[in-house]
Amino acid sequence: MSTWLRNNAGPATAVLASTLICASIALIFFWVPEDADQGFSQKIFYFHVPLAITSYACFGWGALKAFVHLWKRSPEADLQSYVAIHLGVIFGALTLITGSIWAKASWGVWWTWSSQQLVLFLVLFLFYSAYFMLRFSVDPGPARANLSAVYALFGVVLIPVSFLAIRLAEDFIHPTVFTSAGPQMAGSMFFTFCVSLAAMIALAAALYRLELTGKRLDATMRRLREALE
Amino acid sequence: MSAGEKYVAAAYLAVFVAVLVYLVIMQLKLQRLQRELAELAELARERREREHQVASREAAEVG
Repeated sequence: MSTWLRNNAGPATAVLASTLICASIALIFFWVPEDADQGFSQKIFYFHVPLAITSYACFGWGALKAFVHLWKRSPEADLQSYVAIHLGVIFGALTLITGSIWAKASWGVWWTWSSQQLVLFLVLFLFYSAYFMLRFSVDPGPARANLSAVYALFGVVLIPVSFLAIRLAEDFIHPTVFTSAGPQMAGSMFFTFCVSLAAMIALAAALYRLELTGKRLDATMRRLREALE
Repeated sequence: MSAGEKYVAAAYLAVFVAVLVYLVIMQLKLQRLQRELAELAELARERREREHQVASREAAEVG
């Protein structure tokens, strides 16, 4: 069983992600009660927050792989760091889009500069978006991998800052659901949130494996072409 | 459909479309890789034939 799983980790992750996404959608729309304060639009929360946490996780994973690259000079770790940051930016963009839609539904505006959480997340997103400009402005090779790794490591500092800013600044615009006293929501809502979070993380893991396989194939094909020509 | 429902639908649709676009991009990439692999297979076949011809000519000259 474990050998089968190891050999089919990609499809297994994709199946897990599909199952969890279906389960989370069913829970969100057919089981969990509507929020008394915000009504139906609060259901955006179940995708918006997991998207943001998954984005943080991808950036964190990218930074970890960048550190491994700097430590062991492994091209594979550089590739893994790049793919993780790429997915982090995609999930980050989705966080901003869903957050903006939720802001319009709840606050009546698409964006507000007075919320530190929003601005810091945008800064984090733009910082990692610039990662690609840096990476593709340098020729492929060890110099590019090292520069990208150092940049990815610097960005990881912004994650706790972004996460803690709202708590330190007592931002009253953006709600704080998870406090030191635990999650400020009903048990059914917290369960649905956990399933959604697991679904997003599984989706990110499936896309990570898919993209990584594509990139490895690309590299193998390039080597094969060089050997044949 | 209420305004809240429209916003929720828009948010979920955004995520769904993003995943779909990602899958389309990966599909295009797979198609490119398939094309390149076919080219490389052709290249390998031509190379093998060339080597085979050279080997036959050398064998004929020695004979």
